[in-house]
Amino acid sequence: MSAVLEKVRTQGNEARYGAIRIDDVVKIYDPEGAAVMAVDHCTLDIKAGEICMIVGPSGCGKTSLLNAIAGFHDITSGAIYMDGEMLCGPGKPKADPGADRIVVFQNGALFPWKTNLENVAFGPMMQGKLSKKEIIEKARSMMADAGLSGTEHNYPGEVSSGLRRRVEIVRALMNDPKVLLFDEPYRALDSLTRSVMHESLLDIYYKNKVTIFFITHDLEEAIFLGHKLVIMTTRPCRPKKVLEVDIPHPRDYSVLTSPRFRELLEETASVVHEEARKSFASGEKEG
Amino acid sequence: MNMKKIRRSLFSRTTLRAIVSITVFLILWEAGSRSKEWAGFTMPWIGLVPPPTSVLSVWWDLLGDTGYWQSWYLSLMRVLSGFVAAMVIGIPLGLLMAVSRTFNSITFPSFEILRPIPPLAWVPVAIIFWPTEELSIAFVTFLGAFFTVVINVLGGARSIDMRFYQSAQAMGSSQWDIFRRIVLPATVPSIVVGSSVGMGITWNVVVAAEMISGGGGGGGSGGGLGFFIWNSYVGGSYEQIVIGMISIGIAGYACSELLRGIGGFFTPWLRTR
Repeated sequence: MSAVLEKVRTQGNEARYGAIRIDDVVKIYDPEGAAVMAVDHCTLDIKAGEICMIVGPSGCGKTSLLNAIAGFHDITSGAIYMDGEMLCGPGKPKADPGADRIVVFQNGALFPWKTNLENVAFGPMMQGKLSKKEIIEKARSMMADAGLSGTEHNYPGEVSSGLRRRVEIVRALMNDPKVLLFDEPYRALDSLTRSVMHESLLDIYYKNKVTIFFITHDLEEAIFLGHKLVIMTTRPCRPKKVLEVDIPHPRDYSVLTSPRFRELLEETASVVHEEARKSFASGEKEG
Repeated sequence: MNMKKIRRSLFSRTTLRAIVSITVFLILWEAGSRSKEWAGFTMPWIGLVPPPTSVLSVWWDLLGDTGYWQSWYLSLMRVLSGFVAAMVIGIPLGLLMAVSRTFNSITFPSFEILRPIPPLAWVPVAIIFWPTEELSIAFVTFLGAFFTVVINVLGGARSIDMRFYQSAQAMGSSQWDIFRRIVLPATVPSIVVGSSVGMGITWNVVVAAEMISGGGGGGGSGGGLGFFIWNSYVGGSYEQIVIGMISIGIAGYACSELLRGIGGFFTPWLRTR
């Protein structure tokens, strides 16, 4: 890992694509007339290659925002742009899902009937830009880079949940996405595995600079990983506090015990706690 | 599988328990049907059943009888033809009902009215419908597996995780890709379950259909295992009734094992769990 960090320090590796602009987005769910506002006039700017951590109470509407960027759900008003191009907005409520924005889901969405290698190769196979041989080569080398050598011919169900998440991130990266959208991907993992996953995610990120939109309810995770920290209000969700995390990248686990990390945690914990209490009082269901 | 593994599985605790279980069952049966009375009470049921030793000796004689094997063959063919037809028609129908809302809303109501009708209630209609008795039996057998297969395929294809569609779509899959690479493989486990349940039902149905229809085209001692049992009852050979029953048990078990093997071949990702 240290060799990789050195490479990053000396070479740099800046992303030029994947700037996301969320402009006054409102999302109202209207099942049978009972309008529920999930996102309330949310405005947010994410720079290209930035890790943006979205923190908020369970069920606050963070996922609605993610689904809007990914193109899985529509928005009620406002607009979302990527690199200046409108994904969704006036006249086009739902973005088209595309390989430039790939979601890594909460419980993982690897296809259980395909081996890890077949899963990783799936996107490029569908897009048909490369030959099959090139795809397999690329898939193998990317899996090797992520420490997944030897698991190529296992099915996802045969490897640990930590490895599965890593396979899924590699599968996402195989599409050369501009943005990776993480929907609490490490929620179901135990805290030890999670800490390994954080370093491994950063490791992969330093090699492939993409914009990361990362939803979590874990504040430590958010500060450790993010360039930018966005604390959301409870439903309907709106940025309550936006904070640049001024701990320099590349980071490793020693950051967790640094004074600056503790300061940032103290600064934000009360804000998150306040929202969590509101959410608890309103009886939001976790999800 | 090497010799060591085979030996280990032959002498494993599970095998031993299976042998003990069957032996104890046979001893109780033998003792029961020989003694007629236990502790002064007449055995109400088991006393009337021929003991396993005499069943075995009759069976031994039957092993050289072509009529007996003809019964096996006929029942097996009826089960297989009905079952295969049910798979060939049922799987595409179930998939079509799952992917097309329009098709589903047109077919589902009639399907749901026909589904609860027991296959045996179809016997008279089947005899009228089909030119030969053989076809009538195969048709009733088909019905036994058909509805189960369709319902399982439909349920399996419907319950596919939304996230699979979403990620496949985001990665650039066309509608056809999604059907072929997501819907189809994700439904295979349900197809396997549906087929093994359906196979069980076809055996239930074929035996009863053979009893009712008088053995189909073969007639006589070659009318299938169901007719074999009925004929033995009419002819008063209680040993042969038991032989027929156990034969059906063995045949059904063999079919299920075969299906399990085929199912495992098509679902390699479930093997290790």
